[in-house]
Amino acid sequence: MIEVKNIDKSFDGNHVLKNVSAVFDNGKTNMIIGASGSGKTVLMKSVIGLHRIDNGRIEYDGRNLPDMRMSDVRLLRREVGMLFQGSALFDSLSVLENVIYPLEMFAKTTKEEMVERARFCLQHVDLKEKSYNLAPSEISGGMQKRVAIARAIALQPKYLFCDEPNSGLDPQTSLIIDQLIHEITREFDITTIINSHDMNSVMEIGENIIFINKGEKAWQGSKEDIFHVDNEDLNNFVFASELYKKVKKANS
Amino acid sequence: MNILQDTGSYALLMKRVLVAPDRWRMFFRQFPKELEKLGLQSLPIVIIISVFIGAIMTIQTKLNTENPLLPTYSTGLVTRDTLLLEFSSTILCLILAGKIGSNIASEIGTMRITEQIDALEIMGVNSANYLILPKIAAFIFMMPFLVIFSMAVGLGGGYLVGVFTDIITTADYLLGIQYAFIPYYVFYSLVKSVVFAFLISSVAAYYGYYAYGGALDVGKASTNAVVNSSILILFFNLLITNLMLNQ
Ligand SMILES: Nc1ncnc2c1ncn2[C@@H]1O[C@H](COP(=O)(O)OP(=O)(O)OP(=O)(O)O)[C@@H](O)[C@H]1O
Ligand SMILES: [Mg+2]
Repeated sequence: MIEVKNIDKSFDGNHVLKNVSAVFDNGKTNMIIGASGSGKTVLMKSVIGLHRIDNGRIEYDGRNLPDMRMSDVRLLRREVGMLFQGSALFDSLSVLENVIYPLEMFAKTTKEEMVERARFCLQHVDLKEKSYNLAPSEISGGMQKRVAIARAIALQPKYLFCDEPNSGLDPQTSLIIDQLIHEITREFDITTIINSHDMNSVMEIGENIIFINKGEKAWQGSKEDIFHVDNEDLNNFVFASELYKKVKKANS
Repeated sequence: MNILQDTGSYALLMKRVLVAPDRWRMFFRQFPKELEKLGLQSLPIVIIISVFIGAIMTIQTKLNTENPLLPTYSTGLVTRDTLLLEFSSTILCLILAGKIGSNIASEIGTMRITEQIDALEIMGVNSANYLILPKIAAFIFMMPFLVIFSMAVGLGGGYLVGVFTDIITTADYLLGIQYAFIPYYVFYSLVKSVVFAFLISSVAAYYGYYAYGGALDVGKASTNAVVNSSILILFFNLLITNLMLNQ
């Protein structure tokens, strides 16, 4: 479980996160939704400590991140996996080497065991053997996402962060990736946080939903409640598409 | 941006860079690659520029000092001392600031905007040390060789003028480049070039590391890297020359 308490973050006077508090449960897919530029990525990176927050608390099962020494932060990061918005695979390494990389950094196993584990993770995300020795630039965006997921779960993280896991993917691949993340979360009882602005994902796998509007937390609840809220910004976000307008009509 | 703020964050970055690597194995995997990329791959441009400048300097010096009172060795001597004192260190580094500076800034900048640096940090890697230290170390290591090489090739360029034209005889030239040779000049040049190598690689790494935005911003980062490291080279040239030659 991760608890975020009253965090603020600004860049050179641009106040991006304003007094955000939230609770992210384990074994659940926690989703952060909001329009482009609302601060989802900044929130996620602040929670992991890639951005230093101005004030507030970020508790990983009681351990407050901003208070930690760098060496303890490193230890904590051993328990964290992250899927980046643009996959962020290392260009100079092959697909297999990308997944082995975090194992080499942390795990104290033999080279063979690392390769074994990397292959297991790649198979888990349905990647075929023949792509293992290709460079990231030689595979499609959907495959890159899968490799990135495999890399993120290689160390069996307790906390998994996914920044827009299905941006730039077709609806079918998106669904598969979403389900994959959901399964992994259940299977390993991970605290998963997903950034998204895709209502389909929210309806598919969202269990605890946090709506961010212009850097402020505007709403938190379940996907069942999301259609019955009187929050204008949230309604504008949720019912931007015709499909969900129809869903709303049908519901009422 | 504000100079003081830049200097401060540059110093903080260097504090993270200039520490012993957590994993020497990773360092020694990267180091030879950087030696090749930053050092060996700079050889062609160093050779071409040095040969031409050596030759041109010889011709210009000879043609512009047509005075029977000047000794015959003067042309070779002027060419040699100019190469030793300024060209093969300062001017060469200004040129390399363009090549190496933009290379380092764009490579690290691209890793920054594609979030590869964040990915390294998530894996508990000191990304600044892991990415930047091998580059600085490799470039500093290669620089003295490039400088010595440039001096030799530059002197060779001057010699070719004697061989292929009748502007100067090879005998006069050879006499000139050996006349009143001061080994300390070579040492002075090497000291300067090592300082410049550090400036070029660290300043470029700084601009790349703090790039934010898109491809255009990576371009801006490399321009900033080249411009600012060039200015710093000129400034430090003045400083070191004052310290080492003004006695
Ligand atoms: N490193 C940074 N330096 C300065 N400003 C930043 C930085 N990172 C983000 N910002 C600013 O923070 C704001 C929120 O950006 P953020 O990337 O969090 O949006 P987002 O909700 O993730 O959008 P998207 O859905 O497009 O990914 C933007 O105005 C952006 O300019
Ligand atoms: Mg984002």
